[in-house]
Amino acid sequence: MHLQVTDVCKTFGHGSQAKLVLDQVSFDLHGGQFLALVGSSGSGKSTVMRLIAGLDRPSSGSISLDGAVVRGPGSDRGMVFQKYSLYPWLTAAQNVAFGMELQQRSRQEIRERTAYFLEVVGLADAARLLPRELSGGMQQRIAIARALAAEPKVLLLDEPFGALDIQIRESMQEFLHQLWRQTGLTALLITHDLEEALLLAGQVHIMAPSPGRIVRSVTVDLDRRDMGQLRVSRMFLELREDLAHSLRSLEPAAVRR
Amino acid sequence: MPALSTTPRSDSVRLAPARLRRSLRHPWTLGVLGVAAVVLLWFLISNSGVVDKLFLPSPQAVWAAGQNQWSSGLLLKDAVASIQRVFIGFALSAGLALPVGIAMGTNVIICRLLEPLMALIRYMPAPAFIPLLIIYFGLEELPKVLLIFIGTFFFNALMIMDAVKFVPHELVETARTLGGRGLQILTRVVAPYIAPQVLDTYRINMASAWNLVIVAELVAANEGLGKRISLAQRFLRTDEIFVGLIVIGLIGLTIDLGFRFLMRRACSWAN
Repeated sequence: MHLQVTDVCKTFGHGSQAKLVLDQVSFDLHGGQFLALVGSSGSGKSTVMRLIAGLDRPSSGSISLDGAVVRGPGSDRGMVFQKYSLYPWLTAAQNVAFGMELQQRSRQEIRERTAYFLEVVGLADAARLLPRELSGGMQQRIAIARALAAEPKVLLLDEPFGALDIQIRESMQEFLHQLWRQTGLTALLITHDLEEALLLAGQVHIMAPSPGRIVRSVTVDLDRRDMGQLRVSRMFLELREDLAHSLRSLEPAAVRR
Repeated sequence: MPALSTTPRSDSVRLAPARLRRSLRHPWTLGVLGVAAVVLLWFLISNSGVVDKLFLPSPQAVWAAGQNQWSSGLLLKDAVASIQRVFIGFALSAGLALPVGIAMGTNVIICRLLEPLMALIRYMPAPAFIPLLIIYFGLEELPKVLLIFIGTFFFNALMIMDAVKFVPHELVETARTLGGRGLQILTRVVAPYIAPQVLDTYRINMASAWNLVIVAELVAANEGLGKRISLAQRFLRTDEIFVGLIVIGLIGLTIDLGFRFLMRRACSWAN
């Protein structure tokens, strides 16, 4: 698996109204990697995600997956949105099965894989519940299970825990890390939370706004066996502060004032 | 043991008021009381002789007139005629409004093309079309069915369009990233999402369909509840007019409750 983002620019609007939101964004993502894009709002990180998902087209530059140029959405790139993306009329299990049904897999395969992925996200007991009966964290786990069940080459996570309470967010981060270690999935995480990026990703790209671009890239090699300890360890806090400083210095002058 | 023996007694003492309170809390109780109060008032005024019986027939007289119409078979025949017109006209309207509304909600070009036209026609009172319809199609069934169609189609279509426009784009985009294509998204995402609103749209506009069929029958018809009312007027039979009004109301209420029931059963997720 090789996702290649090369010199991608994106302009919204036309003529004098045109606004450059992404300027020459390039990065690579290889199979089994966990990569995070971190930036404040307006840094274009969600736009990058939408372009990779194929929901929008780049104005210039190219995005390719295993050599094939991305021309639209497809099940090889699974996406998890921040919220409101479970189908409210379907049970948890039916939501997980949804993508596989669109792919017209056999009934038996759908049943087995649904049970398997409900188990993977620890929600086998919630199979028959409707989304409104699930907590926010459970809903996001179902959304992740649904994306994984469709067998994507890369999982795109757009602020997946952004709408959750802080305690739940922390347990979800641990969950996602475990999931990544167990299943060997390839993940691209969009977040404004530096701590989240450092806790989960092996590669972190920091994005700056106006126009959105990658300004710093770090490889993060941490011992993540005890995440609770890691969060408060000195090395982690120093790394986080260092990157937070470079993020702050990048904010546009008007905002800093 | 002594503690146990006292409990049932205190329960039975409280039983009556508790049951009363519970039944008062039932959502329908007050509504039924409201109707009963009006009927009682009607009974008292009409039987007191203050108002001429010709203007305000008593409930007993109305009941007798109703029984009379029922046993002669007229009531059933009229009701069937009216219901049939409503159902045919509304089925055409609802059936066509669904694809048109969905097309307008999903396609900007179709929406821009049709929305101003529909918004204009929607404000033309449907009964004003009756003279034209009679000139074109005479006095048979077709003009009445068409009137119901004209009076409800544009509302149905525009309300369905709105429902489609408010489908959260995350739901559509999720389906696309899971490999969903156009038709799949329509049938698997848009259709189930809008189902409760579509049913509610139909429920609301069904009331207009009932208004229109009566108006059409008042103007020209051989049978139907509206026709019976206009005949009763000619012979100053206010009791028969009351029968017609009450039957129309009851049928409308039944249809409304039917839609609500359908919605609760089919779209329990939306409640």
